[in-house]
Amino acid sequence: MAYLQLTNVSKGFGSNGTRSEVLKDINLSVNKGEFVAIVGYSGAGKTTLISLIAGLLKPDSGTMTLNDLEIAEPGPDRGIVFQNYSLLPWLSVYENILLAVDQVFPNWAAAKKEQHVLKYIDMVNLTPAREKKPHELSGGMRQRVSVARALAMDPQILLLDEPLGALDALTRATLQDEISRIWQENQKTVVLITNDPDEGIYLADRIIPLTAGPNATLGPSFKVEIPRPRDRKLLNHDPRFKELRREVVGFMQTSKQQQHATLTKKLILPDIEPEDLSAPRRFGSRPVRRNEIKEVAVDL
Amino acid sequence: MKNNWLKKIDWIVLPLIGVGCVLLLWQLSCSTWAKELPSPARTWTNSKDYILKPFEKRGEMDQGILRFTWYSLILVAKGYALALILGTPIGFFLGLSKTFAKTFDPIIQILRPVSPLAWLPLGLVLFLGAGKNASELGALFTIAVCAMWPTVLNTAVGVRAIPQDYLNVAKVLKLSRTKTLFKVLIPATLPYMFTGFRLSLGIAWLVIVAAEMLTGRPGVGGFLWQEYNALIYEHIILCIVTIGVVGFVLDRLMSLVEKRFKAA
Repeated sequence: MAYLQLTNVSKGFGSNGTRSEVLKDINLSVNKGEFVAIVGYSGAGKTTLISLIAGLLKPDSGTMTLNDLEIAEPGPDRGIVFQNYSLLPWLSVYENILLAVDQVFPNWAAAKKEQHVLKYIDMVNLTPAREKKPHELSGGMRQRVSVARALAMDPQILLLDEPLGALDALTRATLQDEISRIWQENQKTVVLITNDPDEGIYLADRIIPLTAGPNATLGPSFKVEIPRPRDRKLLNHDPRFKELRREVVGFMQTSKQQQHATLTKKLILPDIEPEDLSAPRRFGSRPVRRNEIKEVAVDL
Repeated sequence: MKNNWLKKIDWIVLPLIGVGCVLLLWQLSCSTWAKELPSPARTWTNSKDYILKPFEKRGEMDQGILRFTWYSLILVAKGYALALILGTPIGFFLGLSKTFAKTFDPIIQILRPVSPLAWLPLGLVLFLGAGKNASELGALFTIAVCAMWPTVLNTAVGVRAIPQDYLNVAKVLKLSRTKTLFKVLIPATLPYMFTGFRLSLGIAWLVIVAAEMLTGRPGVGGFLWQEYNALIYEHIILCIVTIGVVGFVLDRLMSLVEKRFKAA
């Protein structure tokens, strides 16, 4: 039995008339110490999937087990790093992490807790900023606090929900390196949700595409057989990397085409054309501009 | 250059011009159609005793204006404290529980617009048994019941506006109910609560005049009512100005406190 096991999990939102099925028949098994990346389009239901594993949502059907125990409610055995950091803004970096440590290790002496918190602050290189409030930190720094908080709980599994999605490309790369380093030091089981196949391939042992929603489901899993530590610069020229990326992206695009649909919507264009002076105008009305409203078809 | 110099002092000059306009209107009114209205100059001559010796006590209803203000402030402080102690928990329950909100929201919306003048007699009746404390208890009741609504409603809005992320953090960490309340709910609601507290203070100060007028307690409002009965209109104006200035100062102070919490 795998460490984390999801069997035929489905989840939808809304009631009868307006119901939309988000996830359908999700089957996922993750082994202990494995780093799995799940790649999917925006809006495919990635966050729903991680919320299910975290226990923040309940599945409509199917079973989920972690270490042979059913996942029924959220708990600190699953450390989660949210996309939007989710730090409490009235607490400093230190206090945010201490709150988690306090909760998971209530019997530790104060000095041991402090040492533990400082260790993880140091691990994400934030020691100089430990007394700062979240609003005084950059996005990248906040996300590192969030990672430190999740790791400090010493969870059985680490859930990363698009942790780098809101960051600029350069910060993103730095943090990917850091996550990679921290993972190699800790060897935790990790499920990473991302919309960037490259990120998935760079970090994970296995990469699994999530098909486009609604009724999204997991595709076949692709093993990343590139030895660690991986070098970002060399990776781009690695034929295995190119092949893997082609396969993953190819699978996702095919899955999207199967869901092809067209939506027509009206676009109101900005006023950049001169007024049509020859058009008849009534008192009080705005002169009509040519091509003011356009209908376009959008592929979904 | 000249423009710059003007800009530097306009924060004081422009408000003074505003005050000047009102004084002019006042002077015009009392010299044309409102013959009974005392002129600004007469108001000053007749009330300067109260302003220049603000803490003097000459008799029960003949005291310096700041002494009266002090009595009123003490009563307001008590009533206001009561309003916050009652209002904040009610607001929390309204925000946290849909059932509670559905049950009590209609009655709150009905009680909210009732004027202090309507509550006071009820307050006096309620505490009839309290003997000579009846008027104070009645006044406190009126202040609390009128001033509590902004606190109740703002706290409820604040609790409902807590981002789901913070609640998720509490869930993932499995914080106990009390810990969630003190570590997440209250800090996240504080800015809203303080907006409510500020509005409540404004109302509590509004109510004090009505309460003192009807109960005849010494204070700015009581003094105002007594001087109306004694036909000394200059002192009524003195009271109005005092009430306005004190209310303004209270509001400024509260908004300073509020800003501190918003920034945090």
